[in-house]
Amino acid sequence: MANIEKDAVTGTNTTGHEWDGIKELNTPLPRWWLWTFYATIIFAIGYWVAMPSWPTLSGYAQGQLGYSSRANLVEDMKAQKMERASWQQKFASMDTADIAKDGTLLNYAMAGGKLVFADNCAPCHGSQGSGGPGYPVLADDDWLWGGSLEAIEATIRFGIRGAHGDTRTSEMPVFGGDLSADQIAAVADHVLSLSGAGSANADGAAIFVEQCAACHGEDGKGLRDFGAPNLTDGIWLYGTGRDAVIAQMNKPKHGVMPTWEGRLDDVSIKQVAIYVHTLGGGE
Amino acid sequence: MSEETTPQKAALYAEKQKIYPQKIAGRFRTLKWKIMGWIFAFYFLAPWIRWDRGEGQPDQAILASLELRRLYLFNIEIWPQEIYYLTGLLVLAAVGLFLATAMAGRVWCGFTCWQTVWTDFYVWIEEKIEGDRNKRMRLDQGPWTGEKVVKKTVKHILWIFVSALTGMGFLFFFNDAPTTFMEIVTAQGSLETYGFAALFAGTTYLFAGITREDICIYMCPWPRFQGAMFDEHSLLVTYEAWRGEPRGKAKQKVDKSQGDCVDCNLCVNVCPTGIDIRDGDNFKCIGCALCVDACNSVMTKLGRPLELVTYDSSSNQMARERGLPAKKRLIRRRTIGYGSFLAAILLLMAFGLSTRSELEINVQRDRAPLFVPLSTGDIQNGYTFKLLNMINTPQSFTMSIANMPAATMTVIGVADTPVKDVQLTVAPDQVATYRIFVRAPRDSLSGKFQDIVFRLQPEENGAPVDYTTQFAGPDK
Repeated sequence: MANIEKDAVTGTNTTGHEWDGIKELNTPLPRWWLWTFYATIIFAIGYWVAMPSWPTLSGYAQGQLGYSSRANLVEDMKAQKMERASWQQKFASMDTADIAKDGTLLNYAMAGGKLVFADNCAPCHGSQGSGGPGYPVLADDDWLWGGSLEAIEATIRFGIRGAHGDTRTSEMPVFGGDLSADQIAAVADHVLSLSGAGSANADGAAIFVEQCAACHGEDGKGLRDFGAPNLTDGIWLYGTGRDAVIAQMNKPKHGVMPTWEGRLDDVSIKQVAIYVHTLGGGE
Repeated sequence: MSEETTPQKAALYAEKQKIYPQKIAGRFRTLKWKIMGWIFAFYFLAPWIRWDRGEGQPDQAILASLELRRLYLFNIEIWPQEIYYLTGLLVLAAVGLFLATAMAGRVWCGFTCWQTVWTDFYVWIEEKIEGDRNKRMRLDQGPWTGEKVVKKTVKHILWIFVSALTGMGFLFFFNDAPTTFMEIVTAQGSLETYGFAALFAGTTYLFAGITREDICIYMCPWPRFQGAMFDEHSLLVTYEAWRGEPRGKAKQKVDKSQGDCVDCNLCVNVCPTGIDIRDGDNFKCIGCALCVDACNSVMTKLGRPLELVTYDSSSNQMARERGLPAKKRLIRRRTIGYGSFLAAILLLMAFGLSTRSELEINVQRDRAPLFVPLSTGDIQNGYTFKLLNMINTPQSFTMSIANMPAATMTVIGVADTPVKDVQLTVAPDQVATYRIFVRAPRDSLSGKFQDIVFRLQPEENGAPVDYTTQFAGPDK
């Protein structure tokens, strides 16, 4: 079987194996490699003892060093919080108007608010408040309930038609049925003419004063106390055009914004309020 | 098992022979010591040069700060986005290397390469502790006596000490030298500090102490392609075979047929890569010219003409062999080519540095929303401005819109109501970020996208800087 022979050139024995006339020298592994290999074995044994590496029936062996990446994470997060504490303290003790006056705090709030907004608000209001059908654009200067820092903060904190006692709420009546289809169409024409779209309609104007002006104002400029939109600015929440206006009168839609107090902490609410205020339309 | 062997071809594997370079004195050796002195002086002392940059700024003359993301070179301060200056520097180094090689062969390898310089120093230490070549060889072959253990230990301790200094010295180019030094010696340094110091110390010890010429022969890519820079006029270390051969014994000479070489083997013994220069050009030759020193010392003793091994071009060798006059031709098409390329890069970099702007403006236009119709019917676009102030004094600008007369803007935290122009400031050596909203009447817009030119007029006299980007609006 094995025919071990000595190789003349190297002075090393062969392994005795032969393939198609090619013989293999029995060269030992390099010493450094072998010792490294032994060292890794010893290291591995030490690792078993020192580090969590064995599963047990009800958990795992903790290891002598008690290392835990989860515990490390908790500690890291605690340290992060400590680092942020001085800032958080400022935000907690100041009101938004004062925060916005301080350049450094303003930048901090914009950066922090951006994250809060992206996590919580962007699904409806779009990134950077670009809005969507039924969800107000926050980057423009058309505000239903007011665009001052204070008003924005109140809207976020308590919500609109939300669960909180202080929530903003209002309801546009259903006119379908009370008014005939022709009357509604006439009012729609009048409303459109307010923003320069379409021609004036005297019948519609008369009905508007009677039915709508209480909330939207005689000039149609809206009333923020009721969240009644400005009808003269050409910005439409529930769609542009005559059909959309008619639909909204027949069977009005009412958006709901959740109450964020309790869901977001106080500092986050302040930061996101400041962020929204800086999106392009803050008053 | 059979002891019988059949005749075989020579083995392709050769056991590594340890090289024991012999000590030699001479003009190239002196030159090498001087160059080593300069390189060590630069490497170990340059980071300690101070340079006042004002309050809150690092006061180290040469500092590549990863922490502050700046490269400081005396009064120059390079920001990360200006990395092309580093590229320029590397191109300069490469072309400089080509030029030097075309003119004088492997001068880089033989005299200035870190590998050569540090190895030289480590061999010097070895020689001081263990003695010259023959003593070292005897020591290595001999048994492990107490003396051998002591000598080897002392040598390695000294090597490790120099390595540690080298490793530490490397960090000083990237961190404030005095601070880092104090951190290291008082055991206050971070894991990174010690880790990197150990990394560079370890490689120094390994390369200069243990592997030495193997780095040049097997690892370094440069020797592999530097032949492309050579021609017959490039200077290189050569042996004048026409004069030296046939070799003979020193005492027997008188016979005219005998050459000048006495086969004393000193040129081989001093060689740091262990080659015989008399075999002709060799890729292992690093051009250190120590064999020139060696041969000259022997020729002086024997009273024979010097420069049997010489630093000369191969064309000169051929000329001498035929008895023609030899002349140095440093200016050739090849060197003019490298030289003018080098000069061009130098000029380009000097021009770039001297006209380097002190302000960089980056503007990002909001993409969501692309534009916003306001209740007045105006169209509003949002922009994020980043102003990079690359100098040590604050800069202040009046910003206006140059090409849209009807447009006004608001700036968060600066201008709450729409204005035509606005004051922006940037603190020294800082980046200022501004959120800017521009509004323009719908009628004034020419299309879905149009150019908008922001003009920044520096407060102190200076030319206005324009930045052109786009303003989006609805379909007409």
